Parts: sequence; C-alpha cells; structure tokens
Amino acid sequence: MLIIFYIFAALSIFGGLGVLFLRNPIHCALSLVGTFFCLGAIYVMLNAEFVAVIQVLVYAGAIMVLFLFVLMLLSSKDTDQYANKWPIGKILAGLLSLGIFVQIASLFTAGELQLGPKGAYPIEVVEEVGSIALIGRLLFTDYILSFELIAVLLLVAVIGAVVIAKRRFE
Amino acid sequence: MIPVEHILLLSAALFSIGVLGVMLRRNVIVIFMSIELMLNAVNLSFVTFSRGMDSMTGVIFIFFIIVVAAAEAVVGLSIILSIFRTRKTLNIDEFNILKW
Repeated sequence: MLIIFYIFAALSIFGGLGVLFLRNPIHCALSLVGTFFCLGAIYVMLNAEFVAVIQVLVYAGAIMVLFLFVLMLLSSKDTDQYANKWPIGKILAGLLSLGIFVQIASLFTAGELQLGPKGAYPIEVVEEVGSIALIGRLLFTDYILSFELIAVLLLVAVIGAVVIAKRRFE
Repeated sequence: MIPVEHILLLSAALFSIGVLGVMLRRNVIVIFMSIELMLNAVNLSFVTFSRGMDSMTGVIFIFFIIVVAAAEAVVGLSIILSIFRTRKTLNIDEFNILKW
C-alpha cells in the first residue's frame, strides 16, 4: 500500500516537473493529465472515491480537453516560454518557491502533528454508508445553500465565457 | 495507512512546483496549467486532513473547489482567446496594456 503511494507520488511530482520544464505547451498539458491521474489514484487510497472520480472526469477529462482545444486553436509562433532576459529573476523565483516549500513543510515536520478533535465520519461509517451517498446527503442538507450558489456561479461562468469569447463583428 | 505527513509533503511539493511554473513560464496557458496544479495540491491536502480528522467537510469543499476551478478555466481561456485575436501571441510579457 505504502509503496504504491510512493510510486504515484513520484509520478505526480514528475508530471508537475514536466509542466515546469517541457518546451511545447501541448506536452505540458499531457504531463499535467498524468499528474491528475496519479492524484486520482492517491484519492482512492485515501477512501475518497467520489473525489477520485470527479478528479478524472472533470479535471483530466473536461478541463484539460478545454486547455488542449485552446492550445490547438491558438497556434502561437513564439515557442520560447522562458524570460531569458533576466536570469536573476529565475534564481529569485526558485528561491521563493523553495522558501514556500520549506515553510509549508516545516509546519508538520517540526513536531507531532495535532489534527484536532475527531469528526463524526470515521472510516467504518464511510465504508458502511458509502462515500458518495454520504456526500450526496450532506450536499443536499447541510450545504444546500452553497450548492445552489455554486450552480449560479457555473451558469454565470458559462454565459460569461460565451460573451467574452464571441467574435466581435466590427 | 499512509502517513499524513508524507501526503502533506507531496502536496507542498506540488504547490511549490505550481508557484515556480507561474513565475518562470511566459506562456499564458502554461501559467494557467500551473494554477490548476496548485489547486490540485490544495485539494490533496483537503482530502488528507478530511481523512485524518474523520470529517467529510474537506471532501465537500473539494466539490466546490473543482466547480470554481472549472469556471475559472472557462472564463480565463475565453479571455486568452479574445486577447489572442488582437495581439497574436501567447507570451504574457506582451499583454502589457489594458485597452487597445
């Protein structure tokens, strides 16, 4: 179990580095799809099947296909994606992101991780009721207002995308 | 059972890679992909904490984060599409005036 997690973790880091270093944006997109699949596998190991499914369906499926569509639609001539003019900027960026990593990592490697009080859904309950049934029940009872609002947000995004991307006839 | 700290380290590493991508890359769409990578790193830590604390709130939160990410990608890509029509480039350094 643990060794499978490490394999998927290494693969997802590898995919992330691919997004960072590959020259061709289409290769970046495909490498990001690989990362999303590996994260989906890790979600399955964490007993979050619903998240794993929407990770693959929505992220790796819908959103990345949208990215690839736009990439193929906009065939840009400028392939040089790095700012070569100012190498100090690269070093500063590297130091900043390293600092962010060290800062986050030091939060939970310094001492014993305190997770706070346990909630009402231990692993046995989740496996008995089923994670999807549990999420559906919560979504339509406790979180119904947020659910309705997020539906409105999605509608606004759809209309906004059509309005912004529509070709103007001038 | 996977140790919580290891998953959080993976999440922190993915987030840092995303930050680096936003700062180093100059292609707008690749910058967008790095933002998606950061959102995914945060999702991973939400699931981890949710499992570690026997709570479902993190998983519900991810549902909303994914919807917001989809909306953000759709609107962002349509903005890129309409900028590309006038500037004919994807290099973010060229997008330097608000109105043209």
